[in-house]
Amino acid sequence: MTEHLDLLRLDELLSEDEKTVRDMVGRWVDERVLPGIEQWAYEGRFPRELIPEMAELGLFGASYSDYGLPGVSSVAYGLVLQELERGDSGLRSFVSVQSALVMYPILRFGSSEQKDRWIPALAEGRAIGCFGLTEPDFGSNPAGMRTRARRRGEGWVLSGEKAWITNGNLADLAVVWAKDDEGEVRGFLVERGTPGFSVVEHKGKYSLRASVTSQLVLEDVELPDAARLPAAHGLKAPLACLTQARYGIAWGTLGAAMAVFRTALDYARIRVQFGGKPIAAHQMVQEKLVWMANEITKAQLVVWRLGRLKDEGTLTHVQVSLGKRNSCWMARECARLAREILGANGIVNEYPVMRHLMNLESVFTYEGTHDIHTLVLGKHLTGFGAFEPGPE
Amino acid sequence: MRSCVLLACVPDTASVIKLGAAGNRIDEAGIKWVISPYDEFALEEAVRIKEAGSGHVTVISYGPDRVQATLRDGLARGADAAVQVTGGETTFGNALAIARVLAAAIRKLGGFDLVWAGVKGVGSDNSLVGAMVAELCDLPHVSGVLKAEFGGGKVVAHREVDGGMEVIEAPLPCVLTAQKGLNEPRYPSLKGIMASKKAAIQTMSVADLGLDEAALAGAGCRWRSLALPPAKGGGMILNGETDPAAAARELARLLREQAKVI
Repeated sequence: MTEHLDLLRLDELLSEDEKTVRDMVGRWVDERVLPGIEQWAYEGRFPRELIPEMAELGLFGASYSDYGLPGVSSVAYGLVLQELERGDSGLRSFVSVQSALVMYPILRFGSSEQKDRWIPALAEGRAIGCFGLTEPDFGSNPAGMRTRARRRGEGWVLSGEKAWITNGNLADLAVVWAKDDEGEVRGFLVERGTPGFSVVEHKGKYSLRASVTSQLVLEDVELPDAARLPAAHGLKAPLACLTQARYGIAWGTLGAAMAVFRTALDYARIRVQFGGKPIAAHQMVQEKLVWMANEITKAQLVVWRLGRLKDEGTLTHVQVSLGKRNSCWMARECARLAREILGANGIVNEYPVMRHLMNLESVFTYEGTHDIHTLVLGKHLTGFGAFEPGPE
Repeated sequence: MRSCVLLACVPDTASVIKLGAAGNRIDEAGIKWVISPYDEFALEEAVRIKEAGSGHVTVISYGPDRVQATLRDGLARGADAAVQVTGGETTFGNALAIARVLAAAIRKLGGFDLVWAGVKGVGSDNSLVGAMVAELCDLPHVSGVLKAEFGGGKVVAHREVDGGMEVIEAPLPCVLTAQKGLNEPRYPSLKGIMASKKAAIQTMSVADLGLDEAALAGAGCRWRSLALPPAKGGGMILNGETDPAAAARELARLLREQAKVI
C-alpha cells in the first residue's frame, strides 16, 4: 500500500486498531477502487457494484455501536473516509451520506420501529439513503426552505423540491426536511415509490462524476405520522446531521490531498527537464511539494484533534467548521499545485489529479461553503453574526 | 472440522528492504509487518470450511510481539482463537527450528483435523516449514494446494505440477499448504477488527513446549550473509534508422552471443 505522508510521526497518535482499520480500507481502495475509478468518473457512473463490498467491510455507520455496528473510534471512522477519498470524493460522499446523513438521524431522532426497519438494512447496503435539505433556492440558508409538511388527518402531506442530493437516484429512502404549519422544521422518511415522490438526476457535472446527484420532487406526498422522525424538532436537527458529515469531510479531503501530493512527488522525481535533472531538483517545484506536505501535516493534526474531541463528547460545530474549512481549502490548493507540477499531464486521466481537482470544487462548496464556515468562525470570534438570515 | 493455521509475520511486500548492520539480517526499522500472503489463502480456506459447516479455527504464530498484530488480523478475518509462541528468536530464517517450535505447539494444543500453512513465507521464500511440520508431527502432507474437498475423514487435494494437475487423497488429520489461486482472501471487516482487539491471545514460550532455545538456534541452517541485488545496468539502444538490416543483424548477434537467449 502507498506509504502515508507522516512527517511528524503522527501514526504514534493512533491506536493499533485505528491503524489496522486505515490500512485495511486503504488496501481495499488500492485494489478495488483505484484500478477502475478513472473510467467510472469518465463515464459519469457510480460503481454500484462496490456497495455490497463496502457493506461487508462494515463501512456504513462504522462509528455507531447500536444494532451490532462496529463502533470504531471517531478517528478510525475519519481514517476510513480519508482512505475512501484517497480513492475518490464521490465514493467518500456515498459513505458519508449513508452513515452521517441517513443512519445518524434515524439513530438519533428516529422511533424504535424506524431504527429496527432501516438501520440493519442501511448497514448491510440492502437499502441506500439520501438526505434532502438543500433546495434549488436555499443552499447556504436552509432556514428559508420552501418544502412544506402539512397536517392531514393523522398524517402529513409533503410538497416541495430538494436539490443537489447525493445518492438521490440510488436511494430507497430519503430523509426529507420540511417546515410544518407552525414553521418548525421536521424530518420525514420518504420511501422510493411513494406516490408523488420522484427523483431527477442532475446531468452535466464536471465534478463528483463517480457519484449520483439528484433533485427530489415532492408533489403532495402523503405520509403517515410514523414516517416522521419523532425526536427531530427544528433546524438544529438537520444541522446536527451536517456537523457529523462535515467532520467526515474534514478527514476525507485529507485523503484527496494525499493522493495528489503523492502523484506530484512521484512525477517530479522522474520527470526530467533542463539538463537531465528531475524537476523535483528544481527549487520552485520543491516549494510546491513542501507547501503541500506542510499543509497536509497541519491538517492531519487538526482532524486528529477533532476526532479525539468527538469521542470525548465535547466537539463543537465551530470546531468542525474550522476542520472542514481548513481541509477542503488545503486539499483544493494541493490539487492545483499538483496539476501545475504535472504540467500537461495534469489534465489527463492517466493521473488522478484533474479528477480530484474537479471533485474538490464541489467538496469545497457542499456541506457549508468555505465562506459560510468562515462566517461561523467569525461569529464565534467576534460575537457578530454576518450571515443571519434576512426576511425571505 | 478443527483447523489450525500457521501464520508467518513478514515484511509487507511493498517494503523497501535495507540490510542490518550485522549483514545477515534485514534492518527492521520502519518495516510494516503483515500476514504472509500465502498464509492468507490458508486462513481464508480454513475459515470458509468452518463457515460452510461447523468447526473452529486457531491461528498460531511464532515470534516477537509484532506477531500479535498478525494474530489479531487472523482473528479479524474469522479465526476463533490465537496462540503466540515466544522465545528463542535467534531462529530467523531457520526453517527447521521454526517447524520444531510450531510442531511442538500443534502437539501441545492437540485435536486438530487440519493444519494449514502457506506454501511459503514471503519473508525468506523457503517453502520448508509446512512440510517439516508435517514430518515432525508425523502427519500426511500436500503442498501447494489449489483445491481441497473433504469427506469421509479424507481430503482430496488438487495441486499444480508441470503441465498438469495432481489429485492427492490423504487421511485426516493432515497438513495442507496453500497456493495462490486456492481462493480470494477476504478483507477483515471493521467489526472483525474491533472484536479482535478485545480477544485474548494465548501465549506459550519455547521453554513451555519443552524446547531448548540454544539447541534450536544451532539446528538446521544459519543465515551467513545477505546482499541486495546489484543495481540494474543501463539498457542498450541499437539505432536502426539509417540501416535497419544491419541493426537487426546486430540485435540477433547480441541475443545469441551476449544474452544467449536464442
